[in-house]
Amino acid sequence: MYPHIPHQPGQPILDLRRVSVRYDGRAALEEVTFHLHGGERVAVVGPNGAGKSTLLKVVAGVLRPTSGEVTVYGSGPSGHVCIGYVPQRSQVDWRFPVSVADVVMMGRIAKLGLLGWPKKRDWEFVHAALATVGISDLSARQIGELSGGQQQRMFIARALAQEAELMLMDEPLTGLDAPAQEGLLALIGELQERGVTIMVATHDLEQAARYFDRILLLNHKMIAFGPAADVLQPEKLLEAYGGRLRVADGKLNLAALDEPCCPEEEPHDHAH
Amino acid sequence: MTTLIDFLVKPLSYPFMQRGLIAAVLVGVVCAVVGTYVVLRGMAFFGDALAHTILPGVAVGYLISGGAREPLFWWALGTAVLASLGIGAITKNARIKEDTAIGVIFAGMFALGIAIISTVRSYAVDLSHFLFGDVLGVTTQSLVWMGIFGALVLLLIAAFYKEFLTISFDPVLATTLRLPVGVLNNLLLVLIAVTVAVAMQTVGVALMVAMLVTPAATAYLLTKRLPSMMLISAVIAALSGVVGLYVSYYAGITSGSAIVLTATLVFAVVFVARQGRGRRKKI
Repeated sequence: MYPHIPHQPGQPILDLRRVSVRYDGRAALEEVTFHLHGGERVAVVGPNGAGKSTLLKVVAGVLRPTSGEVTVYGSGPSGHVCIGYVPQRSQVDWRFPVSVADVVMMGRIAKLGLLGWPKKRDWEFVHAALATVGISDLSARQIGELSGGQQQRMFIARALAQEAELMLMDEPLTGLDAPAQEGLLALIGELQERGVTIMVATHDLEQAARYFDRILLLNHKMIAFGPAADVLQPEKLLEAYGGRLRVADGKLNLAALDEPCCPEEEPHDHAH
Repeated sequence: MTTLIDFLVKPLSYPFMQRGLIAAVLVGVVCAVVGTYVVLRGMAFFGDALAHTILPGVAVGYLISGGAREPLFWWALGTAVLASLGIGAITKNARIKEDTAIGVIFAGMFALGIAIISTVRSYAVDLSHFLFGDVLGVTTQSLVWMGIFGALVLLLIAAFYKEFLTISFDPVLATTLRLPVGVLNNLLLVLIAVTVAVAMQTVGVALMVAMLVTPAATAYLLTKRLPSMMLISAVIAALSGVVGLYVSYYAGITSGSAIVLTATLVFAVVFVARQGRGRRKKI
């Protein structure tokens, strides 16, 4: 069994204090301070290169902050296996010879321990997770055969199999068509009902406003953090997006911010 | 029928052919299984470099032991393990690009190896054995050690199956699951190093990368699951070893190149066959 520090009751699930990350002297994150309580749904928004992925990686304990402190349930993230990280689809080798069930089972291996093999209970976890995200029928498929939305669901299932209490998703909606986006947002709502705390990096301000409890507006510094009505204020958005923001008729044109950050998704077989 | 049996059995009347066949199959299987990770992780260049980097170690061993073959395995093993961890550390910390760093080290070490061997009078023959292998010169003693270390490699690949799979597919997940990612990465490098040492006598350093990559790449084209990729890769490598050795015997070609050419031919056939199918399926 890998180290897992017991959760201290009453502590915020996530607490960042003056967290900074610098690469070669350049700041990716500067003095970010906020905390989350269990069961929240938070959208992390900001322009490309604002440090959204860096923030998620720091929270996951994959990157160490240059300064500042991250705690999860009162202790550092590297003692926790309850943080699920859903990668950007462009970061995944979709031709890797693994099936959907193989990938979801990877979420269990912290529970299996070194040299342990999956037991019946672990397969039950995997099948339950696949059922929750609605792709039970695809469990034997090679991962490259899934559609974009199904690929995201697979990684969410993996985080469920991991028994993640804090789920971090890096641009899960990017490159998905509208129905797949709607489906995924509905699934994120279901996860919240199960008590999972969710942080999603996105560049879609309208979806962030509509589907998330709070918005964290980021451009290296945390510019604002709160309900959409408080965060999506012209002066704050201008601070985050600078010249890229278009203001029409005194009203913000949110659609103008919906900048695609990645090239069109690579072709693959859509197995619907 | 009898001629076919004759054809297959006659070479086996020579003990060196028997040992050679066992060595070829053993080396093929171990290289093929480890090679699946080399292929999936994009480490072909690392494997090639590692094989070349052991030459100075082998050369020193060769000078010290006065040309005896058996100690060379240990020299190869020691050098390979050191080189794998060294290359691993340098590529992690260097301020230049990974492949550049590997290129500089590997060419330099390879040159050093050739320089050392060239101080010996009979160097042309011995050098060619190190470079291209001499499977028919494998002694029983060497074969025993190759078997022990080859089995050890396969055992560890099986024992850490899910860990190696996870660090290869998704290192970020491995970190959030708090696996000892650094230790596992180094263990995999060491296993590749041991494999290189086990295979050195059979294929030589120059052709090593083919044993690591070609059967695994062929299997990659044929399957969508890692366990079957390992199995198919091992079968292709073992068959290439046997077929290659017979070709070598009857056609009078160097054994290492015959084995590698057989594996390459299998790859080419599968690649062309798959190409046609893949195109139809993609659209």
